[in-house]
Amino acid sequence: MGLKDKLHKLKLKYQGKKMAPAFNAIHTFLYLPNETTHSGGHIRGADDLKRTMNTVIMSLIPCLIFGMFNAGYQHYLALGEIEAVSNGFFSSEFWSWDNLVIGLWQVLPLVVVSYGVGLAVEFVFAVIKGHEVEEGYLVTGMLVPLIVPVDTPLWMLAVAVIFGVVIGKEVFGGTGMNILNPALTIRAFLFFAYPTWMSGDKVWVHGAVERAGEIANGAKLDAMSGETILGGLAQGKNIVGSQDATYSIADAFLGFIPGSVGETSALLILLGGLFLVFTKIGSWRIMLSAVLGTLIMGLIFNGVTSAGWITESSKFYGLMNLEFWKHLIVGGIAFGIVFMATDPVTASQTNKGKWIYGFLIGFISILIRVFNPAYPEGVFLAILLMNVFAPTIDHYVVQGNIKKRMKRLKLKTA
Amino acid sequence: MSKDIRIRKGLDIKLVGEAEKNTVGATKSNVYAIKPDDFHGVIPKVIAKQGTEVKAGEPIFQSKSNETVLFPSPVSGEIVEIVRGAKRKILAFKILADKEQQYADFGIKDVNAMNGDEVKTHLLSSGCWPFIKQRPYDVIANPEVAPKAIFVSGYTTAPLAADSDYVLSGKENELQAAVTALSKLTSGEVHVSVGKNGDSPLKGLNNVTLHTVSGPHPAGNVSVQISKVDPINKGEVVWVVNPQDLLIIGELLLTGKFNAERTVALVGSCVKKPRYYTTKIGAEVSTIVYDSGVTDESNIRIISGDVLTGENVKPDGYLGYYHNTLSVIPEGNDYELFGWNKPIFNKISPSRALTFSWLFPNKKYDLNTNTNGEHRAFVVTGNYEGVFPFDIYPLQLLKACAVNDLDAMEQLGMYEIAPEDFALTEFICVSKQPHQQMIREGLDLMLKEIG
Repeated sequence: MGLKDKLHKLKLKYQGKKMAPAFNAIHTFLYLPNETTHSGGHIRGADDLKRTMNTVIMSLIPCLIFGMFNAGYQHYLALGEIEAVSNGFFSSEFWSWDNLVIGLWQVLPLVVVSYGVGLAVEFVFAVIKGHEVEEGYLVTGMLVPLIVPVDTPLWMLAVAVIFGVVIGKEVFGGTGMNILNPALTIRAFLFFAYPTWMSGDKVWVHGAVERAGEIANGAKLDAMSGETILGGLAQGKNIVGSQDATYSIADAFLGFIPGSVGETSALLILLGGLFLVFTKIGSWRIMLSAVLGTLIMGLIFNGVTSAGWITESSKFYGLMNLEFWKHLIVGGIAFGIVFMATDPVTASQTNKGKWIYGFLIGFISILIRVFNPAYPEGVFLAILLMNVFAPTIDHYVVQGNIKKRMKRLKLKTA
Repeated sequence: MSKDIRIRKGLDIKLVGEAEKNTVGATKSNVYAIKPDDFHGVIPKVIAKQGTEVKAGEPIFQSKSNETVLFPSPVSGEIVEIVRGAKRKILAFKILADKEQQYADFGIKDVNAMNGDEVKTHLLSSGCWPFIKQRPYDVIANPEVAPKAIFVSGYTTAPLAADSDYVLSGKENELQAAVTALSKLTSGEVHVSVGKNGDSPLKGLNNVTLHTVSGPHPAGNVSVQISKVDPINKGEVVWVVNPQDLLIIGELLLTGKFNAERTVALVGSCVKKPRYYTTKIGAEVSTIVYDSGVTDESNIRIISGDVLTGENVKPDGYLGYYHNTLSVIPEGNDYELFGWNKPIFNKISPSRALTFSWLFPNKKYDLNTNTNGEHRAFVVTGNYEGVFPFDIYPLQLLKACAVNDLDAMEQLGMYEIAPEDFALTEFICVSKQPHQQMIREGLDLMLKEIG
């Protein structure tokens, strides 16, 4: 008797029992179920929710791997033990064992905690409420470690994940019913619940916080900088792009910069985005309009500074004066646009609405980024804000369709 | 005012087992059955009790809500059984056919000389009325409400469905008589559509407005054509007739006989010799299915109708009243190791998420009845729109149906659609939601509450 038959017998045994959802979740992970059509059409397409979610995860894997190497690279670079990359994307300084070991040591626990805690909450709710374990958390669980700083303490992450899954999703009825993107709810919780830990300039590079603590206790060591590009820009530092800057445009585009674990490499995010568009899983409308929104807001700020309305003495000058297209390659906006804004549950559901929703995400992200540099990255706030407004956008789009129908009726009866 | 209808959104589901264009007579069925469930919403009132002898065309029951609508026996014979289910609901009338068929004589008519009321009375009394269905609600037409137009779709796009062009060929006289009669029933026009590249006998008809249609399924669905030609507004009624039923109406007018003969396509990957059969409405499906032979008898599904909208019948079941296709496909009641993440070459998918049907647009697939996943909440958005050629928001309409929101259903265009129009969205649905059932229940609720 093969595994297939054994599992089938077990499934029958658990049928109707309290633990059935938990068993089924594991069973369907191994085998596509033997369910056949009962009503309506007798055949069905090949895609199911697991496949859809799996495609998103596949597009995230390169970012995760890059993030692991980058965790080690930033650590050793800040310690001064290695040289900065010199040889393009495949530089040996970056793709080294040492870097990967630090990455595995720091990033894998984030992944494990994120999936372990989140799926545990999902299973508990599925068993209590007697519904199947839905696949939404498969993607959320992968997104979470990629959008938090590398030195996030695991207990904080666990608390945030529980909060995000319960308050962000389960109280609304689970996958498909939530208003806010659960991954961003988790990040928002982290940043607002533990601001002293999260908003400093140390948490972005592994070891920097620890080193700062040691120095404060009297150790005679060099301080490690863990500053992100955005943080630097907000302080008016010459940090990216120009001559003598800390990072070149290529560094920022390829991802050799400090930041949240998976958000740094614009190149890999771009590839992931193209993959999502090609597989028709991600919405190209949202991605394209969000990029447009970003660029337009960037252009507006560039116009403001070149018109001289804001001078170098202003604390907003550094970020406003950043050339508009560079906004896309620094900070988390690329990651947010490709993987967060396109979450189908919390985004606008109509095609017209997606254009508006995406555009406003780009637009507002840059607005927040420039005017509120205290929080690293405005994009997650912008997406959460637009999550709240997405149903309103849809309402007006659908009303347009209804009005058209009413007009047709009036023409007929008039 | 003829019109070219070009449909872009949609999906042609290409399956193995298309019927060869070659018709053979089916073995005569001993018993025929008429299932009241084929006539959605009709509560039957028995006319011919068990043991009664009926001729072909004589009524066996009538609709309780409108007793002028009669339902005829397809053959002459004895009512041997009235099968009842829970709460004594009538499931089927079984008729043991005579060796020598006798037809009730309804009289030869000169259609051109008849007026609308005469046509209506004639169709009602001869039992041909149930062939006329209406939008909204997709039920048998209410004879008291005149339609603004009548639509006949002669373009076949549903997967493996019997090809109208082939089934109707050589029947120009019957078709002409039927559409002339229909044209008396409406102050508007009779719209007939044919495939752009097809060779349909419907092309040469008089008294109709002809449209040529092209594009993928659901271009052949009559609601799609209505929405492009003359969309239905609140309070308006459109009648629709299947082209193969025109033949029966036409023959009635020309000969005075109700001849329930029908050319049925036997199709599907489990059929050894897919081809066309002539049989009668309500015949035992075994007379056709086992004539051709099937592969793997133990694990097949026999569907009266096409694979998207048909009805599951047992091997000892009967051909549905409106169906002219019998599909036989394998059951998919088996597990598939890592079926949710491995690359898929042998199934159809509108996406490219490691599914490769987009690489082979002309490949024919052998699909089974597996759902390819479990039922989930609506998650993915924007994919239904790609196969739904109406100016309607499909997801929003389905959600309105799910929560019984009558106002929203009405505003979002419920009057314009039938369950079959949601067959494709159901097919591609990632969350495996039962779209057709949801729409059917929504329509029933509207019919009950709004009328």
